[in-house]
Amino acid sequence: MADDIKISIKNLYKIFGPTPDVALEHVKQGMNKADLLDQHNHVLGLRDINVDILDGKITVIMGLSGSGKSTLIRHLNRLIEPTAGEIQLNGEDVLELKEGQLRQLRREQMSMVFQKFALLPHKTVLENAGMALNIRGSSVADFESEAVKWLARVGLEGNENQFPHQLSGGMQQRVGIARALVSNSPVMLMDEAFSALDPLIRSDMQDLLLELQGELQKTIVFITHDLDEALKLSDHLVILKDGEVVQQGDPQDILLNPNDPYIVAFINDINRARVLRVRSVMNRTVDNDVDYAGDLLENDNLETVLSRSGGDLDKVFRVVRNGEAVGSLSMKELTLALVPTGEPTEETAA
Amino acid sequence: MATYDSLFSALGLKQWCAEGKADGPMSMADLLNKASGKSAEPESLWDLPFPSMDALNDSCAAFPKSRELTQGLEQGFLAIKDNLSLVLDPITQPLSWSLDGALYGMINTPWWIVIPIMLAVVFLVTKSWKLVVFVGASLCLLAFIDYYVYAMQTLAIIFVCAFLCVLFGVPIGIAMSRSNTMQRLTIPVLDMLQTLPPFVYLIPLIFLFSVTESKLYGIAIILYAIVPVVRLTNLGIRLVDKDVIEAADAFGMTPRQKLFKVQIPLALPNIMAGVNQTIMMSLAMVVIASLVSAPGLGVLVLRGIRNLDLGVGLIAGFGIVILAVILDRVTKASLARINASQNQ
Repeated sequence: MADDIKISIKNLYKIFGPTPDVALEHVKQGMNKADLLDQHNHVLGLRDINVDILDGKITVIMGLSGSGKSTLIRHLNRLIEPTAGEIQLNGEDVLELKEGQLRQLRREQMSMVFQKFALLPHKTVLENAGMALNIRGSSVADFESEAVKWLARVGLEGNENQFPHQLSGGMQQRVGIARALVSNSPVMLMDEAFSALDPLIRSDMQDLLLELQGELQKTIVFITHDLDEALKLSDHLVILKDGEVVQQGDPQDILLNPNDPYIVAFINDINRARVLRVRSVMNRTVDNDVDYAGDLLENDNLETVLSRSGGDLDKVFRVVRNGEAVGSLSMKELTLALVPTGEPTEETAA
Repeated sequence: MATYDSLFSALGLKQWCAEGKADGPMSMADLLNKASGKSAEPESLWDLPFPSMDALNDSCAAFPKSRELTQGLEQGFLAIKDNLSLVLDPITQPLSWSLDGALYGMINTPWWIVIPIMLAVVFLVTKSWKLVVFVGASLCLLAFIDYYVYAMQTLAIIFVCAFLCVLFGVPIGIAMSRSNTMQRLTIPVLDMLQTLPPFVYLIPLIFLFSVTESKLYGIAIILYAIVPVVRLTNLGIRLVDKDVIEAADAFGMTPRQKLFKVQIPLALPNIMAGVNQTIMMSLAMVVIASLVSAPGLGVLVLRGIRNLDLGVGLIAGFGIVILAVILDRVTKASLARINASQNQ
């Protein structure tokens, strides 16, 4: 089943400082981040994180800088050791692993893509792409065909013998993605992978990632501070603030029912018509008597529907999935869903 | 009596002082004072001597003089010297062999083999014809004025010593970069080696080894010149981009893979800068080491000073400058090649 839990994070705490165990007690008793820093000189990294990462899906962890998102992703392959809590991969506790087993896990189970690319500057693009296999002991001749294949897949055909500094930022990150793909690991960790790129290239890279994901069905954990990017990529969205999970779930759901002023502030600037999809705002009843203006797919976004309607607010559309009618959407409902805060929608619902 | 008499009586040490009383030989100053009929006691507060070892000895004969400190050090050193040589001699013997071997080889191979080989090496590491021509012309000039043998001796010593500096210095630097404790322990030693006047190195070495052995100057040169390569290796590895190290960890590199595939290659520009400095410092020391029988251009400089042989001294100095320029240009050019392949 596609909804298997790949990675499960339970009650994860991270506190930075000389005696994190002592500080942990205070945190568990409810001390907040600022007080902990003032009174005990410890920095609260993460507080009581519980996230399930589903197999074959893109889980996006979003938050502003300092929210602990990069700290969180580094716990998954234990680049950072937690203060307390549990991390399970395929039901096995990652924290129990010995050094050799952990290395095995990093080599075969998880690959990582970095914000600053982190390519080896003295190696060619080909050697960089094959780094994971090289670490496992393959020579260039062994990994060449694999590396060339994935480099071509990310659009870097013919660049194999260049050095990273000869490539643009976007191309360097393509090498970073190829490197992660060549390792053939089921889990990919992407730490602000596209944040250092300019907007157009970033959008290209997002498309590339979605396209690859359509083919490969990897379990991807993606870190970003950009809500647009988060909404575009995520199957499951986790919003972090000051080291705590504020809300997590289906991104459409979060957009329609934000449960925190922090998130409301975040989503105010979003182009809702482009992000919201028909399935999240439709009525789940199909009335056969109504004269429908046409059929919509449930994953169409509202912008498509708006252009289909030609601006006519009286139209009602039928929503179909695999040729079967699953609901309806009136243009009235659609317009209401476009009002940009969480609160008014709740009032209309009440 | 003397100024600090009252101090010792106040402490109740009169007895102890008296026991140390001996009519040993007086110091020159005492004799002069006696001759001129002056008493050792100062007349006013203005002349109050610092309570130094010698001043206290005036008041209390049992108190050691400062001369006894230096003598004690010397005697202590002489006492352990034999045992120390027993250990150090065999360990350092290969140094003598390699220095003698290099000197023998460089001098006894005909010039028309040595010079082309050197030029080939220069081309190999720099890929620059300009430098090859420059080095060739400089060597030929030195040979033309009959300084060829001296220059080759100097070069042979530098090659051996700089090679050994790198051989030991790079691993020490790597160890320092991996452990902060190691770094804390090593830095004072490096500081001392760097600031100790070069002549001072020679003093204990002369006692430990025979002046006829080449390892005597070999050790002095290595101790003096090893510092930059150690420091810059440590620095270079510590400066390697944290993101790249993190990526290496994230992809499951072992510490060994990380060292050889990431840290050393990325630290190479700094390590090579250290090698350049090490070679230059070996050259500086090989001149001073001529005091303890190191052959080469330094001997001529020394002759220039001792015999007031102005021409010989100046020309030898000029030869050293030429060697310095050659070594510096060649190592810098190879450093630039490494940099060029790594620039981001």
